[in-house]
Amino acid sequence: MRNLFARMKRHIVVLFAVLGPGFITAMVDNDSGGIYTYSQAGARWLYLPLWTLLPITIALIVTQEMCSRMGAVTGKGLSDLIREEFGLRMTFGIMLLLVLANLTNIVAEFAGVATALDIFGVSKFISVPLAAILVWFLAVKGNYQNIEKIFLFACLIYVSYIAAGILVKPDWKEAALYSVRPKLMMDSGYIAMLIAMVGTTIAPWMQFYLQAAVVEKGITTKEYRESRIEVIIGCVMTSVIAFFIIVACAGAYRDHPTDISSAKEAALALKPFGQYAVLLFSAGLLNASVFAACILPLSTAYSVCEGMGFEHGVNKRWNEAPIFYWLYTLLIVVGAGIVVLPNFPLVKMILLSQVLNGMLLPFILIFMIILINKKNLMHEWVNPPVYNAVAWVTVVVVIGMTLALTGITLRNPQ
Amino acid sequence: MTPERTAAENFDFLFFTETIGMPVYDLKHRRIGRVKDVAIVPLIHAARVDRFLVSAGGPWLSIRYDQIASISLSGGIQLSNEKLYPYHSDEYMLRIQRDLLDQQIIDVNGRKVVRVNDVTFEIRHDDRDSLSILEVDVGLRSIFRRLTQGVVPPQWVRRAQQSIQPNSIRWDYCNIVEADPLRRLRLNISHDKLELLHPADLADIVEELGPAEREAIMGTIDSEVAAEALSEIDPKMQASILEALEPDVAADIVEEMSPDQAADALAELGDETTAEILEEMETEPLEDVKELLEYDENTAGGMMNTEAIVLPEETTLAEAMVRLREHEDLLENTHVLFLADAGNRITGAVPLARLFLADGHTRMKDLSLGRLISTGPEEKQNRVTELFDKYNLLAMPVLEKDGTLAGVITADDVITVLRHK
Repeated sequence: MRNLFARMKRHIVVLFAVLGPGFITAMVDNDSGGIYTYSQAGARWLYLPLWTLLPITIALIVTQEMCSRMGAVTGKGLSDLIREEFGLRMTFGIMLLLVLANLTNIVAEFAGVATALDIFGVSKFISVPLAAILVWFLAVKGNYQNIEKIFLFACLIYVSYIAAGILVKPDWKEAALYSVRPKLMMDSGYIAMLIAMVGTTIAPWMQFYLQAAVVEKGITTKEYRESRIEVIIGCVMTSVIAFFIIVACAGAYRDHPTDISSAKEAALALKPFGQYAVLLFSAGLLNASVFAACILPLSTAYSVCEGMGFEHGVNKRWNEAPIFYWLYTLLIVVGAGIVVLPNFPLVKMILLSQVLNGMLLPFILIFMIILINKKNLMHEWVNPPVYNAVAWVTVVVVIGMTLALTGITLRNPQ
Repeated sequence: MTPERTAAENFDFLFFTETIGMPVYDLKHRRIGRVKDVAIVPLIHAARVDRFLVSAGGPWLSIRYDQIASISLSGGIQLSNEKLYPYHSDEYMLRIQRDLLDQQIIDVNGRKVVRVNDVTFEIRHDDRDSLSILEVDVGLRSIFRRLTQGVVPPQWVRRAQQSIQPNSIRWDYCNIVEADPLRRLRLNISHDKLELLHPADLADIVEELGPAEREAIMGTIDSEVAAEALSEIDPKMQASILEALEPDVAADIVEEMSPDQAADALAELGDETTAEILEEMETEPLEDVKELLEYDENTAGGMMNTEAIVLPEETTLAEAMVRLREHEDLLENTHVLFLADAGNRITGAVPLARLFLADGHTRMKDLSLGRLISTGPEEKQNRVTELFDKYNLLAMPVLEKDGTLAGVITADDVITVLRHK
């Protein structure tokens, strides 16, 4: 018995030591775009879309697990592996698309910051530049160990959505029921919403960030078991947060389901349930946007420099890794700059971001499966056949959904 | 104009990106195919291109360097002997495209890990033309070449790239990292060049590589160098490296580490692995390490080192100098000497610098500092760093209850503790 406790204790100690990459990546998946999608789903279709969260969680776990395994076994980032196995030209193309896709995502995050603080009456001309400076200083002045601690703290703030969801007093029975009962309707709006929910789940940047973070943290095959648990907990928590966002909006719009056009609208609809509900919802949005705005430029600059073979990493000084820091700075300046432009076309930007992600994702996911099946890279850690089948199905479904979403946004740009 | 200058202007070179796709002509000047890859055979020659692998539509052909008459960017490759053999995979070949391009190597001169974008060959005009690897190209200029390769005529690429800063590493300074020991042997790859690096630089490089390469380097270089580098590596990574190595190899490295660092590294390992390594260790360092393993990491005992020079307090300076010469190996890291009375109890400390100012008849006792600042092995880390700060110490003795020396904490132990906070 004592032996069992000792073993449990060791597992928990190691779990805390590997805590970070999987949790952070999964949490950032609920960025400003994700929160908008979930709010929209809850406000228009109430509890009906809840069942998609289960397959979404599985898809997240399957893809994230592969990346963290590749990181732990090879000790190399995803762009490193793509470069070594598919050559410079392919890497260059992928990186070019990644920079463009992530730049549009960064714009969306800063727009999220503007929206969240707009609820409190702060002008975007103040909030966005301030957020940009804050984000920039984080990487230029910090080291990775401290940054990760800040990120983990940011993960905690997502709890505000759980609180907001509870304050709204939704119909828990119905929420529980629709979480497990798949509901399909031949309504084009409903189907588009389902596609959007799955399509926004897995973004190309996440795979790069997660694998790089696993490598940076020095996780090896020895701690891999705990690392996998961490990835799974992170993915489940992400879906729990998504569940509460949908439920909060479903509760708020229970009498009059509405098509909403921004997360701000969702936050304000919580007013009848008290100032706290609004505050919590907006704080969650602000945190998620700033959080993602921190990670995206960092991860982009890191992946690009890694793939192209330039010096990189926040533990390097500016003159040691100039390309890394300049790219990082440029992404923030351009990303935040576009948001404060007068007549900034946010809708077109989100559309562009969707198209670019949709173009990039199939490459990344298929490369991942090819890489993880290479015996000379992964040794005994290659995908087992059953897992491979699950991974292929997941990848095909995710790619299909993402392409469908891209198609819908292109045909129907609101 | 100096002769070297003329030579430099006529200097003939070829990039690997230009070699790929280069046409190969037979004796009647008919094109028989295009170059797909080139290979060196390191056991024969470290830099000369030994084989050209050529595709004529079907299976690849292998052309030896002595079957070639001329090589030039404009004229392609002209053969002098048409007896060609099909290419069979050869384990003794280092193929540039397959084995070198896009891979990571270590730049021994620049002391960092770099990724290979392109390779520059020198065209040697002896009785026949041959290629010899001159430099490995990294940086923007070579990326530009890779991206434009095959799309734009090579002459244009050469002109256009002039405006981009070149960045290359001489082939002599390149160290390929190969994790597979058999392949290392066949390709004549050694990690000898890495032994010339400063241990701290080597540690940085090793931290940047993947686990397999990391272990390959630490397991093959001289154990003394490995020990010094390992001491500079993050404790968590130290553990994973030691764990991956064979116990006897790990033991050789741990033996070379100073006992306190060895104990710190072993403390991170699982009990089983520690036991395996201890079993392989030689008796002398073993006792010290075992003793240090007993102490909690966060106490004075966990920080201290057992290596110190202790002299009888009545010794004269001249006698002391004789003793110091016997301890030559310890002197490099010694800043303070300790004095003991007849019962081996520590009574004083003498900074090394004081020895230079006194004459040979002075007794060591008279040179010692006013009051001996010391601590016990159970003392908390924080308290130890406070003492160092307060008294501006370079080294502090750690004493057992009976006043005999348990070990010594030096300023760099304190810096390590503070850095890991």
